[in-house]
Amino acid sequence: MKRRTLFATAVCAAGLLVAPGAFAQDVLRIGASAPKTGPLGGGGAVTHWPNIRLWMHEINEAGGLQVGDRRMTIELIEYDDQTNPEIAIQNIQRLATVDNVDFIVTPYSTGINVATAPMINQHGYPHITTSAATDGVVEFARRWPNSFWMLGTASQLGEGVVQAFSQLRDAGDIGDRIALVYVGDAFGQELVTAAKPQLLEAGFDIVYEASYPFGTQDVAPIVAAAKAAEPDGFIAFSYPGDTFALTEQAQIQGLEVGAFYTGVGTAFPGFRDRFGDASEGIMGIGGVNAEDPKVADYFARHQEIAGSEPDYWASATTYAGLQVLAQAIEQTGSTDKAAVIETIKNGTFDTVIGTIDFIDNVNPNVWTVGQWRDGKFVAVAADGISVGADPVVKPAW
Amino acid sequence: MTQILVTGILLSGTYALIALGLTLQYGVARIMNLANGETLVAGCFIAMWLFATLTINPVVGLLIIAPAAFAANWGIYRVALEPLVKRAKSRGQLEVDSILATFGLLFLFQGIMLLTFGGEYFNYTFLAQRFEILGSGYGLNRVVAFAAAVAIAVALYFFLYRTRHGTAMRAVAVDPKSANLVAIDVARTAAIAFALGGALTACGGALLSTFYTFNASMGVVFTMKALIIVIMGGVGDVRGAVLAALILGVAETAVASLIDPSLTLAATYTLFIVVLLFRPQGMFGRQTT
Repeated sequence: MKRRTLFATAVCAAGLLVAPGAFAQDVLRIGASAPKTGPLGGGGAVTHWPNIRLWMHEINEAGGLQVGDRRMTIELIEYDDQTNPEIAIQNIQRLATVDNVDFIVTPYSTGINVATAPMINQHGYPHITTSAATDGVVEFARRWPNSFWMLGTASQLGEGVVQAFSQLRDAGDIGDRIALVYVGDAFGQELVTAAKPQLLEAGFDIVYEASYPFGTQDVAPIVAAAKAAEPDGFIAFSYPGDTFALTEQAQIQGLEVGAFYTGVGTAFPGFRDRFGDASEGIMGIGGVNAEDPKVADYFARHQEIAGSEPDYWASATTYAGLQVLAQAIEQTGSTDKAAVIETIKNGTFDTVIGTIDFIDNVNPNVWTVGQWRDGKFVAVAADGISVGADPVVKPAW
Repeated sequence: MTQILVTGILLSGTYALIALGLTLQYGVARIMNLANGETLVAGCFIAMWLFATLTINPVVGLLIIAPAAFAANWGIYRVALEPLVKRAKSRGQLEVDSILATFGLLFLFQGIMLLTFGGEYFNYTFLAQRFEILGSGYGLNRVVAFAAAVAIAVALYFFLYRTRHGTAMRAVAVDPKSANLVAIDVARTAAIAFALGGALTACGGALLSTFYTFNASMGVVFTMKALIIVIMGGVGDVRGAVLAALILGVAETAVASLIDPSLTLAATYTLFIVVLLFRPQGMFGRQTT
């Protein structure tokens, strides 16, 4: 009995010792740090983490990545950054120095990507951001040559709104009067700075303008004041909580406009589920060309494997960013980080959002405005790529 | 003008729901419950779950949530907090200990909710209809929540000021040592107050979930609001908490409508500071001896 136990223990111990040794060569260690808790935990859970799971699952199902003459499966080491830049930086440090990962996937959100960029740069990892939309990207790409920016700029997103609204106005569907509200943080500020001059230049008349503190969900006074200004179009650069609250209040107070635009969260499937038929015609940040067979296929796989519907904005971009990383590693044929960065800089990559060819480390081709049409959030404005449809006037609530 | 007033009063109902539970927990049981917001979010989740799976309307759901939350908070008090109360040599020490303990509970609750529901945003549609008051439209769900807040506050007032148990509870709030001398079972009263507070908070969450978008990690937002209201109103005084909620609700709405929505937080904290400058013990608080 004793001898058998001893033997079993020895076998187990040997197994433990041998296992990592035998397979270490063929495992690619990937590190991930993004919010699971904190203010952005919700966004991370919808947009970020499911894509990492999906990507890893598919690569491992297919037997791994072909790196030179080796097949390498992926092992994920993941940390919660609690939506805290300090913790995110510590996580990156830990992934690089303690876990010794081969590659790091992008953190989530503009702020945390920018905060962690110096640390990722210091350790020489490629940094393909897919959830950072800011006008700083050109500058950031120059400062950290290992960083790549895929979600576009605040200017592009702001321009998209003006583009869509102008199209409706020029068709005679809406008038010139615009109510403009935005969340009082860097995101809202940047978008409004980009969009406002262009709205004025395009001949729109801003009849109400207000910002509100981050986290505000009691927006009845804002909608009431906007309604009192009798606008033809409503634009809100908002976050998920306020996006839902503004839409609900607009519906309750009967703010009837021909064009209704809200910010982050509009592209969530939960938005359509929450507002049902009333979501028809609502515009928001993002959008994808759901007609594209590649996008449709991605949506189906995400639903099947991650168990949830992706959002209609950064989800596809996040997945595309991971595809770029995998393809770059395969094209390079090694796990040499500097060589992979060079490949990303100079190569072209076939992704769910089309061919990615970075110009000075920035992906210039993005969808900017989506509109809910028959349960799909269709891209109606874009920069550099084709839209799914033209914007239409929003029906009454 | 009437629209500002009505919107503000409706908002104050929401604030009262957020803060009433903490008033009892902090005022009577002397537990500075930092997991207050998590209790509230748990109420949101349970209400949503009851509504989504069993189609139990959130208002009816209170009949399930209130006793469940009462029992759960009773258990928490007995297991996790009573040892601290027994050990504490002074009120100050209990305060520090309870802050640390409930800070831990905060993460425990948050973790459980994250595991169960994930980190996504949640909301659902319940009574998101137009309800006309004096010619303007308001969310029916907010009106219902306000009515419930009024009902809860009135019931609580009668309980505290017109019943024996309630009087005992107020006695404990004022001075636990003296309360003990007049044959009040302080330990039991405190446990009931904590459990009742937890039940109120969870009910508040259930009602708030009909018009807020929430996720598992949002509790701290509510805890902050509750703290401001409780301290402004005067620790342990229900009337103070209700008055503070009313002032904040109307002031925030007035500022948002008449001046600028970006100044709502500034208005809140200005009022908070002004009250603390002139009445450090809160509007209805007693001077500590």
